[in-house]
Amino acid sequence: MPIDILMPALSPTMEEGTLSKWLKKEGDKVTSGDVIAEIETDKATMEVEAVDEGVIGKLLIEAGTENVKVNTKIAILLAEGETADDMKADKPAQESAPQADAPKADAPKADADTPAATSDAAGGKAREAKDETPADAKVPAQPKIDIAADPDIPAGTEMVMTTVREALRDAMAEEMRRDGDVFVMGEEVAEYQGAYKITQGLLQEFGARRVVDTPITEHGFAGVGVGAAMAGLKPIVEFMTFNFAMQAIDHIINSAAKTLYMSGGQMGAPIVFRGPNGAAARVGAQHSQDYAAWYSQIPGLKVVMPYTAADAKGLLKAAIRDPNPVIFLENEILYGQQFEVPKLDDFVLPIGKARIHKTGKDVTVVSFGIGMAYATKAVAELEKDGIDVELIDLRTIRPMDLPTVIESVKKTGRLVTVEEGYPQSSVGTEIATRVMQQAFDYLDAPILTIAGKDVPMPYAANLEKLALPNVGEVVQAVKTVCYK
Amino acid sequence: MAQAKTASTSGRKTAAKSATQNVSKDFTGKNMSDFGKDDELHAYREMLLIRRFEEKAGQLYGMGFIGGFCHLYIGQEAVVVGMQMAQKEGDQVITAYRDHGHMLATGMSARGVMAELTGRRGGYSKGKGGSMHMFSKEKQFYGGHGIVGAQVSLGTGLAFANAYRGNDSVSVAYFGDGAANQGQVYESFNMAALWKLPIVYIVENNRYAMGTSTARATAQSNYSLRGSGFGIPGIQVDGMDVRAVKAAGDEALAHCRSGKGPIILEMLTYRYRGHSMSDPAKYRSKEEVQKMRSEQDPIEQVRLRILDGGWATEDELKAIDKDIRDVVSDSADFAQNDPEPDVSELYTDILL
Repeated sequence: MPIDILMPALSPTMEEGTLSKWLKKEGDKVTSGDVIAEIETDKATMEVEAVDEGVIGKLLIEAGTENVKVNTKIAILLAEGETADDMKADKPAQESAPQADAPKADAPKADADTPAATSDAAGGKAREAKDETPADAKVPAQPKIDIAADPDIPAGTEMVMTTVREALRDAMAEEMRRDGDVFVMGEEVAEYQGAYKITQGLLQEFGARRVVDTPITEHGFAGVGVGAAMAGLKPIVEFMTFNFAMQAIDHIINSAAKTLYMSGGQMGAPIVFRGPNGAAARVGAQHSQDYAAWYSQIPGLKVVMPYTAADAKGLLKAAIRDPNPVIFLENEILYGQQFEVPKLDDFVLPIGKARIHKTGKDVTVVSFGIGMAYATKAVAELEKDGIDVELIDLRTIRPMDLPTVIESVKKTGRLVTVEEGYPQSSVGTEIATRVMQQAFDYLDAPILTIAGKDVPMPYAANLEKLALPNVGEVVQAVKTVCYK
Repeated sequence: MAQAKTASTSGRKTAAKSATQNVSKDFTGKNMSDFGKDDELHAYREMLLIRRFEEKAGQLYGMGFIGGFCHLYIGQEAVVVGMQMAQKEGDQVITAYRDHGHMLATGMSARGVMAELTGRRGGYSKGKGGSMHMFSKEKQFYGGHGIVGAQVSLGTGLAFANAYRGNDSVSVAYFGDGAANQGQVYESFNMAALWKLPIVYIVENNRYAMGTSTARATAQSNYSLRGSGFGIPGIQVDGMDVRAVKAAGDEALAHCRSGKGPIILEMLTYRYRGHSMSDPAKYRSKEEVQKMRSEQDPIEQVRLRILDGGWATEDELKAIDKDIRDVVSDSADFAQNDPEPDVSELYTDILL
């Protein structure tokens, strides 16, 4: 039987990539371990090695093809003694090539749904295809609703589609050009170009003095960053993930957040701690925690958690300029997503100000970061049912823009919060408490809080999906508070 | 004169052992800084100020004017005074919570420090920091840190800033034999050596991490060797002799300023009082403490040399003592009478 070589997933969050180059041609003999192709993801160019021995029977995807979905057949490998004739059975597969972007109806059903069919494919890393059913897709891709005009962006500004990744990089580069005291340090930020490619190109532009690769030593380099900030520099400390910042949390809280107060205002720490926070995909309990609620508890810190690329850019620039320690919580899944970013020379957004993502009259939904991905999807669903949601993107968790939330609740009388973090003492419960205290008379229903489940993140795909919030839960919660 | 005393702290071998070939001098009383009259009198005055200040702080604590934790520096005065004499303007100092001596040595005012101890508005942190958390931007004193070992990473960051700016300032980071067992100390050593940061790591080995003797807490009690895995040279110094400290400080600071990276000075010293005010110090004998006081006292050593050298008479030294007592009583009066911070200060200095 000829063996299908499938488009491999080269990172936990990869859904598609560019097949940039074939290193073997049809008729070439390959042995296990031979590099057969180069695949470019949004993070890196990776080599694909053959797993099985044989002869390349057919290359199904042309070199240079973009947006090749994970698990697409990209080539057929013939075992010894097989000929091109043996491939005939696989004919339909060729027609499902992604260039056409055609429905997969013709493709053998088993390909998409049976993990077994893919598990031995090239790289051996292929994953189960994502279930894209709208109500429970793990992470909805793009908001389908119009984003309300941002008052911080002048009317008529040209908008450029930009990924969150590029927006973050641009923010750092612009601030480093502007201020020689700004530098970035962390693991793999320089020569590797960033573990998630957020610092891509910075070493080339600013050199090793200002783009500093650190050893794997979170506690130590967080302290070094805070010390440098106390001496007046403006470090951007990248944590490869905020899960690793647990090793450094003493310096973030005891050294960075408290020094201004303890010194009677003499010295503080103008520092940004940034990096991906929360769950990625299938990385398990120790790599999948949302720390928004943790850091939001600490006086002396600002905590920012953007959703869109425009907010990522404008708020990171503000965070770098801020004289206080700022926790800047990003999300790996959002890195590759595109949003409109205003083309402005110096686009800086205010920290501590929520953005009304969509105006509405029936119910208020408050979310932030990747929680907004569920919320936007739910809002679109609810619109079909005639429920007009006002969606607020909190953007900053501390200081929290409660007045914007309360203004909205006064109008709608109903509130649902959405986040990925653990449910106890969550950001949502904090919002609920304060709205109850400050706007009790305006509430027409109990506030509901949607959060991750009260469990460590499981690895199994089905359990992971259950542990995270989903669009269906948000839709249901909104209907509940609307008594529908 | 320089050979007058070969100070050896009791029960310990103080033969200078250099961790590398970079530094090979013997700083234990054989190779001393050439202290003249001015240096001796300066050291005497500075150390006496710390001694009397700490005694007064102990009194005020007993009277209830100082609350919380209060860690006295009595016995260790030569370490900070000798180092301060070696430093130049712009060099930064950072330490842990036994910090009153360091602050006075950097030139911070006795009034400001004492008023912080009593939690008054005239304190260095407006009364909001307390004994363990004081800072002075003006004097380049970066705290005053209550988390054991944190100041080592932070001090390394100060050195990073010096290297980044390309100035020739050196960061002087103090920590105790207890902190020397914290992981972040070695994370810091690694980065400082890797990036050749200008920092002097000073281990104030006073032989007890709170109530645990070094023998019970550490597998390698020669702390000057603790950087050897990173190629950081280290020197053991008689921390009871201010001349030895100054000489070692001179060499260490020159090492850093010449771009050779970090260096470790292990100061063999001793604290006379308990770990904090509430520590009866039952983990050591009264005889051990008494022996140190009578044989190794850093202030008495200087006093005898001054008298020997004929640099001052008993009466002149008494006049200095009186001056110091006046400064300290003035600080205590101030600290008892200065008002507490205004209640509005509760919510200031949280964010800029």
